[in-house]
Amino acid sequence: MNGAQDLGGQHGFGPVAPDVDEPLFHAAWERRAMALTLAMGATGSWSIDTSRHARERMPPADYLASSYYEIWIAGLERLLVEQGLATAEEIAAGRSLAPPAPVKRVLAAADVPAVLARGGPTERPATAPARFAVGDGVTTRLANPHGHTRLPRYLRGRPGVIERVQGCHVYPDSYAHGAGEAPTWLYAVRFAAEDLWGADAEPDTAIVADLFEPYLTPG
Amino acid sequence: MSGEQSHHGHPHPGHPDHAHEHDHPHGEGSELSPIELRVRALESLLVEKGYVDPAALDVLIDTYETKVGPRNGARVVARAWSDPAYRDRLAADATAAIAELGISGRQGEHMVAVENTAAVHNLVVCTLCSCYPWSVLGLPPVWYKAPPYRSRAVAEPRAVLAEFGVALPAGTSVRVWDSTAEMRYLVVPMRPAGTEGWSEEALAHLVTRDSMIGTGLARDPAGASAGRP
Repeated sequence: MNGAQDLGGQHGFGPVAPDVDEPLFHAAWERRAMALTLAMGATGSWSIDTSRHARERMPPADYLASSYYEIWIAGLERLLVEQGLATAEEIAAGRSLAPPAPVKRVLAAADVPAVLARGGPTERPATAPARFAVGDGVTTRLANPHGHTRLPRYLRGRPGVIERVQGCHVYPDSYAHGAGEAPTWLYAVRFAAEDLWGADAEPDTAIVADLFEPYLTPG
Repeated sequence: MSGEQSHHGHPHPGHPDHAHEHDHPHGEGSELSPIELRVRALESLLVEKGYVDPAALDVLIDTYETKVGPRNGARVVARAWSDPAYRDRLAADATAAIAELGISGRQGEHMVAVENTAAVHNLVVCTLCSCYPWSVLGLPPVWYKAPPYRSRAVAEPRAVLAEFGVALPAGTSVRVWDSTAEMRYLVVPMRPAGTEGWSEEALAHLVTRDSMIGTGLARDPAGASAGRP
């Protein structure tokens, strides 16, 4: 979706302004926000794709006015309501007003190292041969889906070259909406900066993005 | 820290608790800010529902505060600098090569290592969210997740690099990796001159977090304690 999250190439946000002595967390609540997000993800109630889609549906003005952990908290609250794990009233009250919904698992402290070490691999056995090979020319599709996609606006309708074949992976455009993993070939596609930014491109620059096969057409 | 990402001093337009704007610093007095109250309430609710174990939250926090961070990535880079066979394995299958050092897991399930040379400088961004190789670099800094970097790294990478104090020599091309799927990228910076014969442990101290994102270079061995993270 063309939400505020799709930032590539936008103007007006100012300098990057890195903080030399930036702490890992800027306040105690950020620690809890990070851990709550991971622990709720571990319940198996939604996928990482569903959670990204929850965050990107935040109203654009709110998204851009929020820190990243604030975006995570807003996304988590949205998911809890949408998945039936809590109501907006319970979130506002900070206490349970109804029995809990069943979750697949609850992350125990002792299991954290193993769960983090396992992570969430997305590569799956191929169900069809890859359509493209390294060096093939491709053009990205021009489309504006309302649902979740990982094809950013600045890369739509552009010519590129297959740089790497990354294997067959869970397709976010499907999985974010609960429509199954639909494993799909994934490619690193290289674009010349001039083909993205025209006369305003910096010289001798390439952009590479990981794009799923349905995003690409031959030539 | 950029203004957009400050955790206080902006109006939080999306939340009903934000009836007032507040400019005071947080965490110093007894008054909790709206976001502090909101996260505290959420944790209470999720614990009461039985969805989360507070002890697990503590372990998650401790993991990323004390165990998983850029020293992991620095070990990988130092090994690649020291061992040509390892460097080849890292280029061929970074996930497996990194796992050889006991490093794996969440947000590092599918790794790719991209090596900086005199000819090519690599830079990593996630324009769509905040994808970052946690297993080797830990949690991302605020600037990596904030709109200025995410909007500009793909459009004017040299201008962004200049803001990090990095000026590339003429003739070095730039390659920006936008992490749009679940592949996670580790930049292998160029090994600094004058480090021949250094141990892996000593070399690892030259490998900064930013040098593994591509927004920095490895530390100059003459001033190894200075410079960005």
